[in-house]
Amino acid sequence: MGLDSLVGGTIWDEYSDKVTDLMNNPKNMGEITTEQAEEMGGKLIVADFGAESCGDAVRLYWAVNPNTDVIMDSKFKSFGCGTAIASSDVMAELCKYKTVQDAVKITNIDVEKAMRDTPDVPSVPPQKMHCSVMAYDVIKKAAGQYLNVDMETFEEEVIVCECARVTLDTLKEVIRLNDLTTVEQITDYTKAGGFCKSCIKHGGHEEKDIYLVDLLDEYEKEKMVAGSTVGGAKPTVDFEKLTILQKFKAIEKVIDDNIRQMLVMDGGDMEILDIKENGEHLDIYITYLGACSGCSSSSTGTLYAIENTLQEKCAKNIRVITV
Amino acid sequence: MKVYLDNNATTIVDPHVFDEMEPFFVKKYGNPNSLHAFAGETHPQIKTAMERIYAGIGADRKDSVVITSCATESNNWVLKAVYFEQILTGKKNHIIVSEVEHPSIIATAKFIESMGCKVTYLPINSEGLIQAKDVRESITDKTAIVSVMWANNETGAIFPVEEIGAICAEHKVLFHTDAVQAIGKFPVDVQSFNIDYLTMSAHKFHGPKGVGALFMKKGKELMPLFHGGSQMGGHRSGTLNVPGIVGMGRAIEEATKALEFEMTEIRRMRDAFEDELLKISDTFVVTSRENRTPNTILISFRGIEGESMLWDLNQAGIGASTGSACASEDLEANSVMDAIGADEDLAHTAIRFSLSRYTTQEEIDYTLATVHKAVARLREISSSFAYAPEGHESGLAEAH
Repeated sequence: MGLDSLVGGTIWDEYSDKVTDLMNNPKNMGEITTEQAEEMGGKLIVADFGAESCGDAVRLYWAVNPNTDVIMDSKFKSFGCGTAIASSDVMAELCKYKTVQDAVKITNIDVEKAMRDTPDVPSVPPQKMHCSVMAYDVIKKAAGQYLNVDMETFEEEVIVCECARVTLDTLKEVIRLNDLTTVEQITDYTKAGGFCKSCIKHGGHEEKDIYLVDLLDEYEKEKMVAGSTVGGAKPTVDFEKLTILQKFKAIEKVIDDNIRQMLVMDGGDMEILDIKENGEHLDIYITYLGACSGCSSSSTGTLYAIENTLQEKCAKNIRVITV
Repeated sequence: MKVYLDNNATTIVDPHVFDEMEPFFVKKYGNPNSLHAFAGETHPQIKTAMERIYAGIGADRKDSVVITSCATESNNWVLKAVYFEQILTGKKNHIIVSEVEHPSIIATAKFIESMGCKVTYLPINSEGLIQAKDVRESITDKTAIVSVMWANNETGAIFPVEEIGAICAEHKVLFHTDAVQAIGKFPVDVQSFNIDYLTMSAHKFHGPKGVGALFMKKGKELMPLFHGGSQMGGHRSGTLNVPGIVGMGRAIEEATKALEFEMTEIRRMRDAFEDELLKISDTFVVTSRENRTPNTILISFRGIEGESMLWDLNQAGIGASTGSACASEDLEANSVMDAIGADEDLAHTAIRFSLSRYTTQEEIDYTLATVHKAVARLREISSSFAYAPEGHESGLAEAH
């Protein structure tokens, strides 16, 4: 906010000269036919991503050498704005002469950087970063087709902000370590949410599984349960005031943060089946999974550890019952 | 060559208008409400301007045509005043607007909706038109006001405000129309049928930016939105925008004089331009010509994303417009294309050309030639018409 946000320039003013040139004369625009790919001794891969109804769509053509997995030629066709066309062009260029396995490592950030005139000035305005993500997605789609695997397998971590490629783990850690309470702070620390803004909250340009506001909420609740931002918290009255669903979530959070890891290390896990208010007690019904079920300490030491932790972090009247 | 075909966004100031405004910056700069000759020398032209504005929309001397800063202010004023006077007090609980109103109505309606008011958003049909029967069906005995624009900014579609006004009168519900796209395009007369409130904006009819008005029928005056020094008879406080008022007065007079030209010559030029554009394959124009303002074309070119079309036009010096995703801050699709239920692949392909009495045939010819080149180039790039090997299942319909 402030001066820069009051009177916007046109988005085109923020395009780099490279983006402008590529929009006017895309170099790798075109098609590769089955015959052309065969003449090169390659296999044709045609991958699509996006949809006209969403505002951008791209078709990527690769001729891949089946012996070496090297992409011998790469071309694109794109329905989209200037950024979409320019970034598709750069993406097609970056794929050339790489193996398919190396091509999937190209990200939208590489594409955006390749379009910069000077290293530290972004090539497109923030809300246009979204258009370059598609260029990255279509590579994964093409590689998935060639290697005969689902495109999701190339994504090792959960990405919350695709424009800036910020992972769920990073966000959780940054929020917790710096005690962040606003989306603006998250953007300042990680750049997440600073581009197309779809990941901030529901109702943006794109539907997401996880939103930044949810992560803030989650952390807020976690703090409420813990009673303070540092560990070793005492039971607080706040927990008592939560609804049963919020209590369930708070308890699950404590288990995730303090207990689950310990169980998983031993090859087991646990699940909360139900929570009931039973007179003065809050009864938590759990079941063990994996190596925990049948383990002798699961009904003794482990159970006490779970119960003690929950009593300490949530409420003294908690009883943990195995089912 | 520079060609301006975005006259529904704003217009060039008529040189006569500019000449008439000019003395009020450096020579006659007095505050009209002061008690000295500096104030007095502004009064004759303010009076003339007000009379021209009243005449321009056929208002009666007993009605109030209050000068505002823009149409957005006028639209906010109507809905917020109705909210304070009728909704907040519990007399009524409902308002009706169309789903394709200008953001200054939609966003204000959403705001008062968030304050507890019920809002009906009337849909448009596949022709891009509001139907008066939908107003009749939506009105309840708790409806405070109906607000429907006279002509739509995106398509130029002219809405049946006369019928809607009659339905409102019958049900004793207030009726407001945003006439920003109507004035200067066809005759606008607030006496000819039931209109309680009407919004106008000078810069849409070759007047200056930063000045508009709200017409309020006699006896239907709303509480002020701006409180202060009681200018404009207490209806709208704030030092009078003297050059703006003088400019709007002259602009509406010129626009009225040019109406005949607009409705014959501009219409003819627009129609011929549209005929030529429609010769390009896979094109589609929203709303039939009879139901449209004489200067507007909203046309969709299949397979070409709106911003890329604007890009090519702009490279050739032509200014047009799109409501398409990539050209806007919020990446949202054109609301009208969505609302008329157009093929969803066309949602991001609409381009609006809006002419004015300053548009020349030479400019239209140049634009047409440029559009032909742009369509050829961009369809060559587009994935919509791209090759796929036999057996390839297109993945381009998948949402992402």
